[in-house]
Amino acid sequence: MTSLPRLLDDLASHGAGALGAHRRTYPVPPMPGRRPSEPIIAAIERSGLRGRGGAAFPTATKMRTVAAESRRPVVLVNASEGEPASAKDKLLLSQAPHLVLDGALMAAAAVGADEVVIGIETTSRTARSSVESAIAERSAEPHVPVRIVGVPPRYVAGEETALVHLVNGGPAKPTHTPPRPFEKGVNGRPTLVNNCETVAHIAQIARFGGDWFRELGLPDEPGTVLLTLGGGVGRPGVTEVAIGTRLTDVLAAAGGTPGGVGAVLIGGYYGSWISAHDAESVHLSNADLRPRGAALGCGAVVVLPTGACGVRETARVLAWMAGESAGQCGPCVYGLESLAAGTAELAAGRAPKDAIAWLEHWSGQIEGRGACRFPDGAVRLLRSAVRVFADDIERHLRGSDCRKAKVRQLLVTPDTSGAGWR
Amino acid sequence: MRYRLKVDMIACDGRGVCAELLPERITLDDWGYPILDPEPIDRALLGHARRTVTACPKLALWLESVPR
Repeated sequence: MTSLPRLLDDLASHGAGALGAHRRTYPVPPMPGRRPSEPIIAAIERSGLRGRGGAAFPTATKMRTVAAESRRPVVLVNASEGEPASAKDKLLLSQAPHLVLDGALMAAAAVGADEVVIGIETTSRTARSSVESAIAERSAEPHVPVRIVGVPPRYVAGEETALVHLVNGGPAKPTHTPPRPFEKGVNGRPTLVNNCETVAHIAQIARFGGDWFRELGLPDEPGTVLLTLGGGVGRPGVTEVAIGTRLTDVLAAAGGTPGGVGAVLIGGYYGSWISAHDAESVHLSNADLRPRGAALGCGAVVVLPTGACGVRETARVLAWMAGESAGQCGPCVYGLESLAAGTAELAAGRAPKDAIAWLEHWSGQIEGRGACRFPDGAVRLLRSAVRVFADDIERHLRGSDCRKAKVRQLLVTPDTSGAGWR
Repeated sequence: MRYRLKVDMIACDGRGVCAELLPERITLDDWGYPILDPEPIDRALLGHARRTVTACPKLALWLESVPR
């Protein structure tokens, strides 16, 4: 298994109903003790695994922080995946629930947790029933209680304090920090919040070791990552690559880009656009993406064909994001409305000449001022669009008709109006 | 001990009392919500800052001690 794929290898043997096949490779995770398990944490540390939910925080560091708290911790698996451009967590839940459960139970053993909670979107019924069946199959195996919490399909419901708030009986809206979940989370206890893909990696590292994990990927960013390819790519869907793989190689292996490449959105709606020029040479690692103003984030990659209008796509997403605000912080509620309205005018060719200056003025007033980082994501997306689509924006400012406006909507903006917050 | 102003943006309702009482350190954004100067408060202003914190109708404002 030094070759690809790893997480997506032989999926049939990790699915619901396949516990027997799964156990031929993966032993039953140990029951957590009251103390953290140094060997497991050391293996994760050795692997260099970083969180795959978007923030890329070192997983072992997070484990040690949680384990250092005096009270018994809880493991919370964040499989909510409210990012419309991402589908990898739903795929893991539906196709490899035993890998996810093993990883979650291994994480519990690592920090000495006595409970595992898994947050899954209420709309992901296949994913949920697959995990439920996989839990039921383990009735003969000793394990700490595992329960599933249904997460409303809202973008910020997956923010970690929002998820904790929901699990504790509140609305899935972010809360003021501190305290952060690692010190005071589920039931007021220290909580290890890990993304779904992250725990699947934990299962494999616990089985094959930290050095094995490092055999793929880069020294500073080891391992593989799940990408969700979308937009103008031949075969959209989830694929697994070694971190550091060239973007053009990934796209070629996925059936190419029949509509050409106008730009590429990296990291989903919480990510950034990169130019077609950068897309030619960039490798999929944070070391290579960050100088280009982007990051791997949750691994969602959307190709904008040359015929589509990036200004218009960005305006649609910003309008959607404004609607996804939890409505708690003024700079987010009113700021994102201002960004969305300003960008919509730009896309429609009705913006004043100083529109970009206004958008930047508002961005400066929004950044860093919400209780969570959601509004910062909208600012980042907009700034990347201003950078990458500078020529298009020039044309839109002159009011000349956008020839690309007729192309069908590329970035999906799901209707969440009836979703509620619980 | 040195202090700086902090706000709980979820609790804040944008009444703007703080910016009226402590314009030296608090301005309002385009939507009426406070932008706080992150630098520690000078000794001369500390009394005013304390009164501003107390005056917030939403109790959204506080003084945080700054580690040296």
